[in-house]
Amino acid sequence: MTAIAHRYEFVYLFDITNGNPNGDPDAGNLPRLDPETNRGLVTDVCLKRKVRNFVSLDKEGAAGYAIYMQEKEILNNQHRKAYDAIDVKPEDKKLPRDKDKAREITAWMCANFFDIRSFGAVMTTGVNAGQVRGPIQMAFATSIDPVVPLEISITRMAVTTEKEAEAQSGDNRTMGRKHIIPYGLYRAHGFISAKLAERTGFSNEDLDLFWRALINMFEHDRSAARGEMAARKLIVFEHESAMGNAPAHVLFDAVKVQPARGDEAAAPRAYADYEVSIDRAAIPAGVTVRELI
Amino acid sequence: MGYGVRLKLSGERACFTRPEMKVERVSYDVITPSAARGILSAIHWKPAIAWRIDRIHVLNPIRFESIRRNEVGGKISPASVAKAIKAKSTAGLANYVDEDRQQRAATILRDVAYVIEAHFDLTAQAGADDSVGKHLDIFNRRARKGQCFQMPCMGVREFPADFSLLEEGAPLPGAHDSLRGERDLGWMLHDIDFERNMTPRFFRAQMVDGVIDVPPWHSEEVRA
Repeated sequence: MTAIAHRYEFVYLFDITNGNPNGDPDAGNLPRLDPETNRGLVTDVCLKRKVRNFVSLDKEGAAGYAIYMQEKEILNNQHRKAYDAIDVKPEDKKLPRDKDKAREITAWMCANFFDIRSFGAVMTTGVNAGQVRGPIQMAFATSIDPVVPLEISITRMAVTTEKEAEAQSGDNRTMGRKHIIPYGLYRAHGFISAKLAERTGFSNEDLDLFWRALINMFEHDRSAARGEMAARKLIVFEHESAMGNAPAHVLFDAVKVQPARGDEAAAPRAYADYEVSIDRAAIPAGVTVRELI
Repeated sequence: MGYGVRLKLSGERACFTRPEMKVERVSYDVITPSAARGILSAIHWKPAIAWRIDRIHVLNPIRFESIRRNEVGGKISPASVAKAIKAKSTAGLANYVDEDRQQRAATILRDVAYVIEAHFDLTAQAGADDSVGKHLDIFNRRARKGQCFQMPCMGVREFPADFSLLEEGAPLPGAHDSLRGERDLGWMLHDIDFERNMTPRFFRAQMVDGVIDVPPWHSEEVRA
C-alpha cells in the first residue's frame, strides 16, 4: 500500500442530545467539563476508541484491518504463551538488539493492525524503535457553548439481593442516577502527517476508511448512556505538499461556529441553533477544503 | 548566537510530565528543553544537526488543571509479535482494554505560550553538503509557512502546539505580570542522554521575569 502524499487537518463537529458523551471517572461519571469555562470535553482517546470499534465492525477482521486495542474480550494468553517463542529471549523486555528483526516486527504490526498504522502503539520499553508514532493525532473536543450537566434520578422496579428486599419489606425498588447534558455541539481538531504515514504505511484507502469511521461511528455506538449522538460536520483541509502549505491554526480559525439567530443568550438545544461557516478567503493557496459532511 | 532561531508556541493545554510523577502525570510548571527540542525537530531535523535550546520565555501565567482518563497498562511484547508472524495470523494478538484498564489522573497546564530561543550544531554525521545556512533556511521557511514533519505537541500528542516564527529583529512578546520577579522552579529535566543508555540529565531552572536561561548540555550545571 502506498502511503498518503498530503498533510491533512480536520475539524469534526458532533453533537449530543440528552446523553453523556464522555464520563469523567474523577467526578462520578459526570460529563467531562472544563472547570474554567464550563464547556464540555471529550478526550481524544474516547474518539479514537469509537474509530477502532467502527473499523473492527466494518472490516470484521479482514486481513490488514485487525485492531490491536480491543474492547470487551478475554485477555489473550498469547502474551504469556509467547515466552516459548523461539527467536526472542523471554527476559529481554526491550526490542531485540538485532535492528533488522526489530524493524521486521514493527513493519508487520503496522501492516496487520489498522489502529497501529493510524494511531501508533508502544511496543515494549526502552528502545525508541519499539514505538510506532501514527500519522493521526487528535486533540480534545470542546463544546462550543458551556454545557449544563443534569442529574436525572431513575428508579428500578427490582432489587439485587434478598437482603435489600427484606429491608424494604417487599417494596423492591431502587434508585439510580443518570448524568446527561441536554444538548452540546462539540468541536474536535485533528492532524494527519504524511511523513509519519510513510513510516507506517497508512494509505489513501486507510484515510477513506478513517473518514468513513468519523462520519458513521456514532451510528454504531448507541447505548443508554450516550443518548443521541451524531456527526454533524467533517471539514477536511488537504495540503498540496506533504509538509503542509499553511499553519494548522490558521485553517482552524477559518471555520466558525456561531449561534444561528444571533441570539447568544438563548440556550442552544439543537444543531439548527448553530451556523457553521468557512471563511474561504482566509484559506491560503495550496490548501483544498472539502466538506465530507 | 548568530544562527539562532526564535519560535513562538502556544496551546490550550500542555503536559510536560515530571519523571518522578509519571504514573499519575504531573506537569512541570513550564516547558522542558527536551520538549522544546522535540517541537523544533517536528518542524525540521536531520541526523546532521542537533538542536540546542538556549532560552525559554514563558509568556502566560502558570495554571494547572486535572483530568482523569482510562488508559491501558500493557505493552506489546516483541515475542508475541514474532510468534504471530510465524503463525501468519493476527488471532489472539491484541490488547483487551477491559482487562488492562487503569484510570490515571493528569495534572496539566492550561493556556500556555512560550518563545523558544535555540540554535543547532552540526553533528558527526553531517556530510559535505550540510551547512548551517542550509538547515537554518529550511527551518525558517517551514516555520514561516506553518509546515511541519508532524504536528508538534505540548508534551503529549493530544495537546497540539501552534507555532509561528519570530523573525529576526521582531520584538519579543512580553511576559504576563504574574511572572515578574525571580522564581526557582527546582530541578528540571534538561534532556535524555541517548548516548549514555538514556540517562536523564537535570538542571536547576531559574525563571527571571519569565525567562529561563538553559545551560549548555555539556556544562557543569547539567547533572545526571
